[in-house]
Amino acid sequence: MSEISVEITGLKKSFGSLDVLKGIDVTVNRGDVVCIIGPSGSGKSTLLRCVNLLEEPNDGKIVVNGVELTDPDVDIDKARTKIGMVFQSFNLFAHLNVLANLTVAQRKVLKRGEKEAQEIALRNLDRVGLKEKANSMPAQLSGGQQQRVAIARALSMDPDVMLFDEPTSALDPELVGDVLGVMRQLADEGMTMLVVTHEMQFAREVADKVIFMDGGYIVEEGPAAEVIGNPQEPRTQEFLARVLDPTHQGPKD
Amino acid sequence: MALSKRKRAEYFRYSQYTLLAVIAVVIAFLADWEQIRTAFFNFKTMGEMFPNVITIALKNTLIYTALGFAFGLGLGLVLALMKLSSIAPYRWIATVYIEFFRGIPALLVFIGLAFGVPLAFQIQFDIYSTVMLALGIVGAAYMAETIRAGIQAVPKGQVEAARSLGMSQGRAMITIVIPQAFRIILPPLTNELILLTKDSSLIYIIGLARDQYELTKFGRETLSRSPSLTPILVVGLCYLIITLPLGYLSRYLERRSGGKKVSVL
Repeated sequence: MSEISVEITGLKKSFGSLDVLKGIDVTVNRGDVVCIIGPSGSGKSTLLRCVNLLEEPNDGKIVVNGVELTDPDVDIDKARTKIGMVFQSFNLFAHLNVLANLTVAQRKVLKRGEKEAQEIALRNLDRVGLKEKANSMPAQLSGGQQQRVAIARALSMDPDVMLFDEPTSALDPELVGDVLGVMRQLADEGMTMLVVTHEMQFAREVADKVIFMDGGYIVEEGPAAEVIGNPQEPRTQEFLARVLDPTHQGPKD
Repeated sequence: MALSKRKRAEYFRYSQYTLLAVIAVVIAFLADWEQIRTAFFNFKTMGEMFPNVITIALKNTLIYTALGFAFGLGLGLVLALMKLSSIAPYRWIATVYIEFFRGIPALLVFIGLAFGVPLAFQIQFDIYSTVMLALGIVGAAYMAETIRAGIQAVPKGQVEAARSLGMSQGRAMITIVIPQAFRIILPPLTNELILLTKDSSLIYIIGLARDQYELTKFGRETLSRSPSLTPILVVGLCYLIITLPLGYLSRYLERRSGGKKVSVL
């Protein structure tokens, strides 16, 4: 018995004459982790950015926790407070210290008091293991630390669902593990997560469902073990072969 | 015999030093030092100018500049936001304003404001309002473009992060973008402040009472009663007292911002 958290039907998006999403249907159950994989240019980031309307869809319907975002009368700012977003380039507010990064939206948007906002912020910083960095400026942190702060910032709004847009792609390899660790912990706590990623290991171990996208369509979707472990579609097989074995050039024998 | 590249560069440098030295010597010989001393270094006149040159003229220049800068900064911010607005008439108005007031001499704005506007609208500004409006109107035209460039220099991801946390467009602008934009444009804004300091000299056109004199007017007034050009030298130095530190401040801020370049077009 699972409740639906995110429901996308017939989603289309184009930039000018370029059709990026050509009719996407995705359902994410509450508490599930869904990983979206695929080659660059396949539309996976655009799909994710449509889920909180950072990109305006041309057609289709997006419902998140019962709120239809594609309804023209929706209060999108209010809806977004319940949808956490983590970006590839972290996007911490450069002029604010870590604590202020976590409290500014709580104060200005949710109208929480200063004390309450700080308590929530510190609790979430603790969750990502960076409580001692509360007074640092973003520029003083490593990429991995910045991304964990960005996750804590999103969590401070008490979101129902978290979107991750290639959260480890801009990180040095040795820092990837820290961020994935935090995400895994979130998943274990039951957070609903929609993750665009190239980390196949993470997808395989954490995802309840994996979606493979190519050319603006969903090519294949299913349990991680099946899509990654035993892909049926030739395009999925080809993509995974290149990702999992990048030094192997050309077809086997 | 061919010289090595390094040797040639060395000789070229020496020849330039020699040239500069020759020019300096020629000037030193041609100048009438006695004349210069009596024209610019009349110590009696200097003595007479103090303390009023500081307590009235320098003070007023600072006040007029500060008023004009404050008003210009506010108006410039509004114009910059209009220029970035999605509402087309706002963009047109801002563009026309900026092109117009950037393109005419500040002196004309002073005359228009001091004599034209009171005539047309039957209102009389006091001295401070006139200076604030005139300097501000001109300064805003320049600062608007700087502020617009600063706003556009803030990475797009900052707005996206703010919006995805539920902030409205306006809230994101006020809380996230504008504070960062001003950090970026602090060096060019300091330059605008230097320009305004000098433009404050144009206020003489509206007619000033003695205790309203700023540096240039004060210098000219003293000059008319003085046997030498000394007052000009003194007020010139007073301007430098204001502008040199600002110039240093600007360069310091530029270095500190880590070479984040803003193209102001």
